[in-house]
Amino acid sequence: MLDVSTRPVGDDSFVRRLRAGDAEAFEALVRRETPRLLAVARRLLRNEEDARDAVQDGFVSAFRSLDDFGGRCQVSTWLHRITVNAALMKLRTRRRKPEDPIEDLLPSFLEDGHHARHPHEWRDTGEALLASREDRAFVRAAIDRLPDSYRTVLLLRDIEELDTAEVARALGVSDNVVKVRLHRARQALRTLLAPRFEKGNA
Amino acid sequence: MTAGEAVAPAPAAPAPAPLTCREFVELLYDYLLGGLGAERTAAMNAHLATCPSCVAYLKSYEASIRMGRLALAASDDPVPAEVPEALVRAVLAARRP
Repeated sequence: MLDVSTRPVGDDSFVRRLRAGDAEAFEALVRRETPRLLAVARRLLRNEEDARDAVQDGFVSAFRSLDDFGGRCQVSTWLHRITVNAALMKLRTRRRKPEDPIEDLLPSFLEDGHHARHPHEWRDTGEALLASREDRAFVRAAIDRLPDSYRTVLLLRDIEELDTAEVARALGVSDNVVKVRLHRARQALRTLLAPRFEKGNA
Repeated sequence: MTAGEAVAPAPAAPAPAPLTCREFVELLYDYLLGGLGAERTAAMNAHLATCPSCVAYLKSYEASIRMGRLALAASDDPVPAEVPEALVRAVLAARRP
């Protein structure tokens, strides 16, 4: 079987082989890409069966639209986008389950409008994150703690970088709902990260 | 008033009330997108000039977004090393005419 990891197969010739219907190339592609695509689908769908379905749907869709793949980006990037779209289609059909209220994670204010708990400066988080595996794990765990409908919007907007209109269409809600959810999701994430990253904290 | 008397100029519109921290946080999303009008943007800037808490809030709000991206992009994001064979077979089967 074709081992893509060792042969210096550039994307170009690889794509040509895929277009020509080369079964070996297709299998190599599926094996190479599935782990990463599955991780993407899992964090959006939070359900193993749905995540696998989305990856499968994504590949089927990709294979059908191979002619449309203009080679403007890498095959991995293109597959990533198709998988996100497949996951979105699954999300759309889901009924919204009851979830913890986001209000618990939003900042609180006094009657006069001042912060109830004053925000402090954070340590330099760019450097910190690149250096510390524990810090990165902490951030991922914090994102996981967000209520589903808010986490989904955060992932789609801030991580997958879809625009507001696309996310609104995908989730079947208005643009404004997406904006409000994103702002609240970011505030909630901030609340969860502050105890670790504020200067002066351990 | 008789004809010829000067009309007193209308009193100047009162300056908009300064924003509270609560209002600042509420408007933060649009502010960062540059989507507030000139007046509200000025009000946000004025609040930032006098409120170190909200300066810290804004910076940490932006940092949280960056950190989310960094954390999920990092290579230690748990990606399974093994490929689920059943899934691969299902995909290959779906491709066959």
